[in-house]
Amino acid sequence: MQSTWPTLSLLIWIPIAGGLLAAALGERKASHARLLALAVSLLTFVLSISLLTGFDRSTANMQFLENKAWIEYFRINYFLGVDGFSVPLIFLTTFFGVLVVIAGWEVIRTRVHQYMASFLVMEGLMVGVFSALDGFLFYVFFEAMLIPMFLVIGMWGGPRRVYATVKFFLYTFLGSVFMLVGLIYLYTQSGTWSIPEWQGLPLGITAQTWLFLGFLAAFSVKVPMWPVHTWLPDAHVEAPTGGSVILAAIMLKIGGYGFIRFSLPITPDASNSLDWLIIMLSLIAVVYIGFVALVQQDMKKLIAYSSISHMGFVTLGLFIAFAIFRHGVGSNAAALGVEGAMVQMISHGFVSGALFLCVGVLYDRLHSRMILDYGGVADSMPWFATFAVLFFMANAGLPGTSGFVGEFMVILAAFNANFWYAFLAGLTLILGAAYSLWLVKRVIFGAVKSREVAALKDINRREALILGSVAVAVIMVGLWPQPLVDLMHASVNNLLAHIQQSKIPAATIATAGM
Amino acid sequence: MALETTLLLIPLLPLAAAVIAGLMRKQVGRAGAHWVTILGVAVSFCLSAWVLYQQVFEGLGTQNISVYTWMVSGGIRFEVGFLIDHLTTLIMCVVTFVSLMVHVYTIGYMAHDPGYQRFFSYIALFTFSMLMLVMSNNFMQLFFGWEAVGLVSYLLIGFWFQRESAVFAGLKAFLVNRVGDFGFLLGIAGVLFATGSLDYSEVFSQAPEIATRTISIIPGMEWKLITLICVCLFIGAMGKSAQAPLHVWLPDSMEGPTPISALIHAATMVTAGIFMVARMSPLFEFSDAALSFVLLVGAFTALAMGLIGIVQNDIKRVIAYSTLSQLGYMTVALGVSAYSAAIFHLMTHAFFKALLFLGAGSVIIALHHQQDMRFMGGLRRKMPITWATAWIGALALVGFPFLSGFYSKDAVIEAVAESQRYGSDLAYWAVLLGVLVTSFYSFRLLYLTFHGEPRYRVDHSAGEHPPDGVLHQEAHESPWVVTVPLILLAIPSVIIGYLTIQPILFGGWLNDSISVQAQNDVIADLAHNFHGASAMAIHALGTEPFWLMMTGFALATFIYLFRPSVAETLERGMPGLYRFVLNKYYIDELYQAVFVRRAVQIGKVLWEKADAGLIDGVLVNGSARLVGAVAGRIRLWQTGYLFQYAFAMIIGLIGILAIWVVY
Repeated sequence: MQSTWPTLSLLIWIPIAGGLLAAALGERKASHARLLALAVSLLTFVLSISLLTGFDRSTANMQFLENKAWIEYFRINYFLGVDGFSVPLIFLTTFFGVLVVIAGWEVIRTRVHQYMASFLVMEGLMVGVFSALDGFLFYVFFEAMLIPMFLVIGMWGGPRRVYATVKFFLYTFLGSVFMLVGLIYLYTQSGTWSIPEWQGLPLGITAQTWLFLGFLAAFSVKVPMWPVHTWLPDAHVEAPTGGSVILAAIMLKIGGYGFIRFSLPITPDASNSLDWLIIMLSLIAVVYIGFVALVQQDMKKLIAYSSISHMGFVTLGLFIAFAIFRHGVGSNAAALGVEGAMVQMISHGFVSGALFLCVGVLYDRLHSRMILDYGGVADSMPWFATFAVLFFMANAGLPGTSGFVGEFMVILAAFNANFWYAFLAGLTLILGAAYSLWLVKRVIFGAVKSREVAALKDINRREALILGSVAVAVIMVGLWPQPLVDLMHASVNNLLAHIQQSKIPAATIATAGM
Repeated sequence: MALETTLLLIPLLPLAAAVIAGLMRKQVGRAGAHWVTILGVAVSFCLSAWVLYQQVFEGLGTQNISVYTWMVSGGIRFEVGFLIDHLTTLIMCVVTFVSLMVHVYTIGYMAHDPGYQRFFSYIALFTFSMLMLVMSNNFMQLFFGWEAVGLVSYLLIGFWFQRESAVFAGLKAFLVNRVGDFGFLLGIAGVLFATGSLDYSEVFSQAPEIATRTISIIPGMEWKLITLICVCLFIGAMGKSAQAPLHVWLPDSMEGPTPISALIHAATMVTAGIFMVARMSPLFEFSDAALSFVLLVGAFTALAMGLIGIVQNDIKRVIAYSTLSQLGYMTVALGVSAYSAAIFHLMTHAFFKALLFLGAGSVIIALHHQQDMRFMGGLRRKMPITWATAWIGALALVGFPFLSGFYSKDAVIEAVAESQRYGSDLAYWAVLLGVLVTSFYSFRLLYLTFHGEPRYRVDHSAGEHPPDGVLHQEAHESPWVVTVPLILLAIPSVIIGYLTIQPILFGGWLNDSISVQAQNDVIADLAHNFHGASAMAIHALGTEPFWLMMTGFALATFIYLFRPSVAETLERGMPGLYRFVLNKYYIDELYQAVFVRRAVQIGKVLWEKADAGLIDGVLVNGSARLVGAVAGRIRLWQTGYLFQYAFAMIIGLIGILAIWVVY
């Protein structure tokens, strides 16, 4: 299906063009840059709704296709399309695209035009990542998207921003180099950069294993998975609020999306034989990082560690499918796990984004992220406290919020793979509540800590609008996740059918058999 | 009005009221907040009573209604829906009635509190959550209600959020409950694993099949799958219904305002675990091992927690330990397959325990938030209605013949006596001795609070001070909004057992909801000896429980009415034992040392040694030094023209890629 109206291109290039325009406005026209950024992000958001409404849920085929030759010599195409995995993530991206513009409205005072430009360009590039179906194009978006993020941290960040940026850069760059090698190998084998075609490419187990490890290097850093997670807390701490929000809400999802788009369908046999590795790392993330989050003194670090722990559910949900198939208990639980992983990604986007916005609200007032500097905030900021408690409860996986849905699905599915997977993953019920609510106890409740805290002003209308709109999303997904999971059924079933078929060429199997 | 609409309105009215009272504080004002929530809950109660009427007199059968499809994933349907049978309706009526009483009472109790509207919003929200829990027809919604009541409980325990101890108690309650919920969720996952469904009727129909399956979770050990599931589910019940060793949160929950102690931490929420196990009886019946576990946990809780109640001085804490002990009785009943007796005791307990708590609250406001019984006494003449209703509540609690608690508690004890299950001998002695203990602390409470010399006005300037200051004027009876609920709760505390024991226990009222296998059916054995409620009460006068109760009465009367010195002599005579019990067997201290501090230590070690030390210190920064030159370059970018350079990078990247691809 060739789309007549290039929706995806518009979703990518409108924010990028808007960003460049904002940058060109210059330092003096800060208010123009703000209005322009708001208009562009709103337009993109509205356009992404047409993606939701026009999306055909009944098929796993790629939709809104655009395919044009780009660098013909290398058969690189400008190839875009979306399925049930990418549509929700694109929607999440455009949703937060609007929120970060509003969140930076009065707070950012220096180089406003460049700030707004960075976020708009980043938005377009991230939509590009989620919609690219050409391996090379994907890689370009994947790398390019980081640059505005480096800028955001490097220019509007905290005192240790240089260290954080370098660490972030080294981690992600090292990881993606291995992926690049893998992509080039796939091109040499198939003569094409088309990801859908790669998914049908027969590959021996050795090649698959190397490819799998290459993808793992890139995506595990993004998720991030233990033990390549240590860049995240530093990056979050130094990033301005908007940067943290995008980092947590969208960028981490690119890791999970990468597993779905590349590792699982292109190297299913390697995924099958190495699933224990991912599951082990996921469970370590859930439990180990849960304990680490408990002892954090810096609110942003705590939320960053909590993110790592929650993202463990994403990788767990994706990779338990193999164990479930090996047990022969049917594919129901496997689908539950993969859909749980997807729901967890969306929900974590909302919840972690909201939590960083909450910390931003406090930071803007007291210029501290330290838990010890607060206490009794509920007294002077009752509305803020209401939102914060809601989001921390969602972070602790309270039913009725989106935070519950994904974890619930993954834990239910994990029991079908192995009792102990469910057991260890289930510990998040205790750990997640412990670190979330202990923070709430120390920051929101208790005796009023200081005169500064007593003088805090409650959230204004702009902040209420931002937190309120995320709250609506969190509760809607919590009370009725059906529309969200309904988007991905066809794609999930297609993926599961795909990973059950060996990609090892028949000859290789015969050799292995001898 | 269609039945479905009615059923929907029952939980949704309190929810709507909660939202209005909570979010539209300015618009509705203080009085508006209490009117809207009281109206919501009152209508909800009337509708519940109407459903009960339909069932009793019009023969309305079990209703299994789907409200909406929450989610379909992996071919599994997750529904939100109602299962309305006799068990559900009974609990709905109890919940909405007690909630209504507490709402009215709150007008008096919280009259001067700045969080007045917030409080009404929370208790209405609680009523909604509890109704969703009991009306559910599936495990997912059950878990939703389960956690939602936990949330409201957390918010209400920490209601006075400036108070450090209250916030701590709220956190503790939530976390201990989460330990239980962890088991509960694993149990639910097990149910889905075993049956592929979370719908009650579907799961229960497959119960015999699950009973034949085994699971090996530790290599080499085969366990019955249904035992694993039931034990996990029961761990959830242990958290919510505060069974040892997960009981530690309930006494601390007394930090919350007294109305919610009555509603949430005595009458309704804490009995959710009992309700859940009764609801799951079709599963539990297939696992003798799980039921024995239930039985032993309940027996230990019933006796050990009652003993703590004897030495407490805080009036609310005495009642809290009494609640723990009574929940133990209900759990024991579940353990011997006497589910209907457990539900029966749940119902009578809801009335008389809510009554006792609200009575205590009436005393507490009269004494300006004095909760220490050592500084009470002699309130009988000052507060006659509170005094009389407290006596009724206490007599019901100790199981005085003809009162409601007598019928339910006697049924539990008799059921244990009849049971052949492993552990029932031990449990029998525990519940029997528990009667003596219950009786002693109940009368002790009455004497210390209402009888003897008034101690609340004594000038303690020379010696010990009462914790919350001394009253300077006389205590007065509470206003009508407080006393009317006391009277309305006292009525069922007296008569409900006499009226309903026949239908609930022996008339098969709960037969549709509860499944008992013939060889386990101890209630059927009791039915042979049941010749009417009056005969049962008269017959009881010659049995051990009655005399144990009278012994407790005599001891308490002697010590606290006539010879107060005896208590002190005993305390001094056995200082070790006294301190051991007074400090709640040091279980809190043990948990603090073993779990809380250890968790923080583990976190610190993992963070400082593993994350910062090994991963960052050795691996990352080591690599960084290796590529120091690169890092040096990168640092240059940070100096000024970062923005332009960065965009140049995108172009550069594509260039590098192009070269790479060529070779």
